[in-house]
Amino acid sequence: MNMIALKMLIGDRLKYISLVAGLAFAAFLIVQQASIFSGFTLQMGAWIRDTAVADLWVMNDQVNFVDDYKPMPETRLQRVRGIAGVEWAVPMFKFYLPVQLPDGTIVQCRVIGLDDATLVGGPPTMVDGRLEDLRRDRAVFINIDQAGSTLAQPRDDNKALKVGDRLSINDNDAVVTGMYRATKEFFWDPVIYTTYSRALQWAPRQRKLLSFILVKAKPGVDHAELATRINEATGLVARTNEGFDWKTTSDLMNRTGILINFGMTILLGFVIGALIAGQTFYMFVLDNLRYFGALKAMGATGFTIVRMVFLQTVTVGMIGFGVGLGAACLGGIVFARAGLAFQMPWQVPVASGLAIVVCCMLAAGLSLMRVLRLEPAIVFKS
Amino acid sequence: MEEETLLSLSQTGEARFAMKEMRRVCRDSMQKLMVAQLNHNIAVKCDNVVKTYETGGTKVVALRGIDIEVRTGELLMLVGPSGCGKTTLISVIAGILDHDEGDCTVFGNDFKSMRNRDRTTYRGQNIGFVFQAFNLLPTLTAAENVAVPLLILGTPRKEAIERAEEALRRVGLEQRMHSYPKQLSGGQQQRVAIARALVHGPKLIVCDEPTSALDHETGHKVMELLREVAVGPDRALVIVTHDARIFGFADRIAKMDDGRVVKIEEGQGTL
Repeated sequence: MNMIALKMLIGDRLKYISLVAGLAFAAFLIVQQASIFSGFTLQMGAWIRDTAVADLWVMNDQVNFVDDYKPMPETRLQRVRGIAGVEWAVPMFKFYLPVQLPDGTIVQCRVIGLDDATLVGGPPTMVDGRLEDLRRDRAVFINIDQAGSTLAQPRDDNKALKVGDRLSINDNDAVVTGMYRATKEFFWDPVIYTTYSRALQWAPRQRKLLSFILVKAKPGVDHAELATRINEATGLVARTNEGFDWKTTSDLMNRTGILINFGMTILLGFVIGALIAGQTFYMFVLDNLRYFGALKAMGATGFTIVRMVFLQTVTVGMIGFGVGLGAACLGGIVFARAGLAFQMPWQVPVASGLAIVVCCMLAAGLSLMRVLRLEPAIVFKS
Repeated sequence: MEEETLLSLSQTGEARFAMKEMRRVCRDSMQKLMVAQLNHNIAVKCDNVVKTYETGGTKVVALRGIDIEVRTGELLMLVGPSGCGKTTLISVIAGILDHDEGDCTVFGNDFKSMRNRDRTTYRGQNIGFVFQAFNLLPTLTAAENVAVPLLILGTPRKEAIERAEEALRRVGLEQRMHSYPKQLSGGQQQRVAIARALVHGPKLIVCDEPTSALDHETGHKVMELLREVAVGPDRALVIVTHDARIFGFADRIAKMDDGRVVKIEEGQGTL
């Protein structure tokens, strides 16, 4: 009977292709949109994960996400260092500053100042130069992927920035002494690393300049407990790497409406898939109603018919999902090469597969009601 | 016990009485045997079968107390004008439609008292169908179409196809076993349908207007084939038709009108 069910399905080429195409389109839309959404969410906390050398991030309690600049007085650093359970604590500066490129183009950059003594929180991978090169006079590091894109010089034939080039950061001379590679971020402004003291010199004068304090807990100290102690002692908020990552991601999702937008598209994919599959499969079953009736008359039980219909839906569902997933993966490779956010963790294909299964079940359910209510006596109606 | 009594009576000299008793016993036994034989020959028995359809609050009586018997080894034709209840009666006989009143048994089995699943299984094992529109699955080959009843009964695919090919040989379609229905003529499609109805060796075959979609010559050949391969000593064949050209093939013809069997006449039973 399985052979009959499959031959019935595949024999009607037009409907079969329509069914597979409908489900493939739905799978493609769901997987692609979910992967782009996943890519964006992973990008939101990328800098936090790249900088995760310490256990806690201490910040102003009003900071909502990683680029939310709400500085603290520098005196807070000493108070944090004095809290029981803190192994070490270092300052970090992060602020937007105007940077003039050698060709005169001005670009707004995120300047990150690392603790002069330890350089803790530096770039994850140095491509050109060493981390210690940051201690050289007026030294800065730039991202190698941004050197030829957001830091390219449009007035000089889009020439990429390179080691040795001179920059003017908020009217202060700087020299590129190294290049690093980091995970792509949600925000597009170039990130420039320098030392904490140099960053303070370049930043506009103001009373509070400290962005973050990176804290390492002593061995055996519970991070959550230490965070509470820091909060009680200083009034600042201390977050673990994961906590700060999640806070940033959830806040940006709420601010940008990205969740609703992608959610709507994913839902649209599901609805379109369910509608196309449901309608086409229903038409397929209607066209074959007299054959199902003949099978029932010839002794096929309701269970056999249900099994046949489910086999047909599962088959088109699997093929459609496979085609859609494959197309989304191919699209993903192209997107990723173009620098777009596209990440497909295992949850995406699994959840999309379940969505397609639900599409198929809805399609089969609609049709099955018709088939099960079918009187086999229909076969004697010409 | 009765033989011992007769023996003792003859030994006591009451021979005349004994002979009389012996004749009575023989007569009763013969009568019982004849009734048993008669019952044995009955494939379908309908007593006062009533069927009413209800559509949109209107009741339409399709069968108004049908009494009919179909015997094994015979070809019975149900004839009559459109809407007289032929198709309803054949549907009740085939167990694919419930009747409202009366009794209808097929080889002694009352479909009404059976569970739905048992009825479906019984139908699959014992009844073969030939439809007016053939109802051959267009995406299956002739052999695969014929194998369908066997596959429904759970026969392994290889064996089912072998038996289907054998059935197609019996109806003269050995050259078209792997053809799809659309590649066959109307007559060939009906022959495939006949092979499908016979392949699992059913005891009752019901045919609904088997020649109405065919021209005269092809219809005649199909009827010749049906008589040749479908009528057997242990099998009954019921054909619903209003094609007067094939009446000559029937052993008996039941004429229906307005939900009743109005006349049953003997046919020619031509082969």
